[in-house]
Amino acid sequence: MIWNEEVECMSREDLEELQLKKLQDIVHRAYKNVPYYKQKFQEMNLTPEDIQSLEDIKKLPFTTKDDLRQVYPFGMFAVPGKEIIEIHTSSGTTGKPVVSGYTRKDLEIWSEVMARGLTMMGVNEEDIIQNTHGYGLFTGGFGVHYGAQKIGATVIPISTGQTRRQIEIMEDFGTTIMIFTPSYGLYLSEVAEEEGFDAKTSPLKAIGFGAEMWTGEMRNEIEKRFGANAFNIYGLTEIMGPGVAVECQKQQGLHIFEDHFFPEIIDPTTTEKLGEGDTGELVLTTLSRDGMPILRFRTKDITALRYDPCDCGRNLAKMDRITGRSDDMLKVRGVAVFPSQIEKALLKIDGVEPHYQIIVTRPNRLDELEVQVETSEELFSDEIKEMVAIKNKIESYIENEIGLRVHVNLVEPKSLPRSEGKAVRVFDKRDLH
Amino acid sequence: MKIKQISIFLENKKGRLWKALNTLAEGGINIRALSIADTSEFGILRLIVPEPDRAKKLLEENNFVVKTKDVVAVELSDQPGGLASVLKMLNDSDINLEYLYAFVHEKKDKAIVLLRTDNLDKLIDVLNQGKATMVPSSEVYAL
Repeated sequence: MIWNEEVECMSREDLEELQLKKLQDIVHRAYKNVPYYKQKFQEMNLTPEDIQSLEDIKKLPFTTKDDLRQVYPFGMFAVPGKEIIEIHTSSGTTGKPVVSGYTRKDLEIWSEVMARGLTMMGVNEEDIIQNTHGYGLFTGGFGVHYGAQKIGATVIPISTGQTRRQIEIMEDFGTTIMIFTPSYGLYLSEVAEEEGFDAKTSPLKAIGFGAEMWTGEMRNEIEKRFGANAFNIYGLTEIMGPGVAVECQKQQGLHIFEDHFFPEIIDPTTTEKLGEGDTGELVLTTLSRDGMPILRFRTKDITALRYDPCDCGRNLAKMDRITGRSDDMLKVRGVAVFPSQIEKALLKIDGVEPHYQIIVTRPNRLDELEVQVETSEELFSDEIKEMVAIKNKIESYIENEIGLRVHVNLVEPKSLPRSEGKAVRVFDKRDLH
Repeated sequence: MKIKQISIFLENKKGRLWKALNTLAEGGINIRALSIADTSEFGILRLIVPEPDRAKKLLEENNFVVKTKDVVAVELSDQPGGLASVLKMLNDSDINLEYLYAFVHEKKDKAIVLLRTDNLDKLIDVLNQGKATMVPSSEVYAL
């Protein structure tokens, strides 16, 4: 089923026409009502009239999380306070939280996009949705809630926690849809097993999950343990909350609700706009939001966009699963590499310590990637051929993950520096000047 | 007839061999036999010491990875063909050696060779049948 066939299956031509109209409108409103944007436009000698085509979006300034923090708490609001009827914030783990204000119309849009997303996952008014996303300042709980109510499904607003109660409710209420973060889902399945509850034989038919980075292996594991397909939900407080993009039955990436959120992919280093299928940083512009219009927000999330029509019948662009953050991206021989990918490969091998270092050099005008891995007792064999085999195995696991040949160097235990806070994994020794 | 050998992982980096041996020296542990297998990036130091368990603990406390494995010591007359005669027995019985190293037993004018294979029991049988002289660990440790 498709919730809003008119928009979701609209031809690209019609969609672009709609997007341009909305873009021009939101640029006007941002300029007129948000002093922060007005000042930025003036500094850049830009007026809202300069936006004559979708291509012109390139002329607009980027908005970063730091920009939003500077105007904390209400500096991005484009309407008088009385029109804001709900406020959420980001977690604030990396500094002052970012505040997001919603008008009544904004909440309607949020409900609409989430309703479309839940419908993609197969939700209808017969369903019972157990929403384990937290209700509170975090956008997760409410976003799913609004969408579910719009559809007319039954929501159980249980939030995260009370894990045994979650299982009891799944069992007693006959939950058909679970919403969780991947890590909480895995924990839930362990507790379910302890309690003797088998989700596979329950009426559960789909899982919506997001708010965290995950791997394909993790999805397979979740689907196996719950006996239901799991669909990716993407969103962020700065833009709206969950429901910016959701995966359809094909599970081949997430459809972006492009009539409300305009996506671009840029090279995070040069900020140059990249083409279809190229991996880079996702940039989003809100096209409809009244309470807080956001222009070209740099999400720092790394993904790629695809515009070919989907077998599900929708024409909305698709984005790949988020594979990393631009904050820790490394470009090696033109290929984007994330420490998280290397870590993922290492963790697949028994006995490999999670202590590693990535060293990039450019000895002969060609980048070389060296990964130093600490040996452990389990890994160590007193035979050279075994040690070489282990080294080769680690190299091929990493190559599979990142698509580049690396050189693995086994080092002695505890020889890599330890740090108190965030570990320093990457040493870029290239002279790039 | 099995003798405990300790193997230590060494990064191919200046001072690492010294650090390992110095750790043993400070612990008052004497080395009876030693061999190093190396690649361009790392090495494996194999040692026979009188107190292998204490040596392993000591090295581990100093952040070395250490493995203990059993080897067999065979005494050879220190003359041409001594080792070849032993290797012939292994060859005839299809035993594949992982590695070996030898040292000379000064007092007795004999050579001792240490042998490692993944089936030590079979190796011991073959050596017994071939009337080779195996050296017990007590004797190797006390050399």
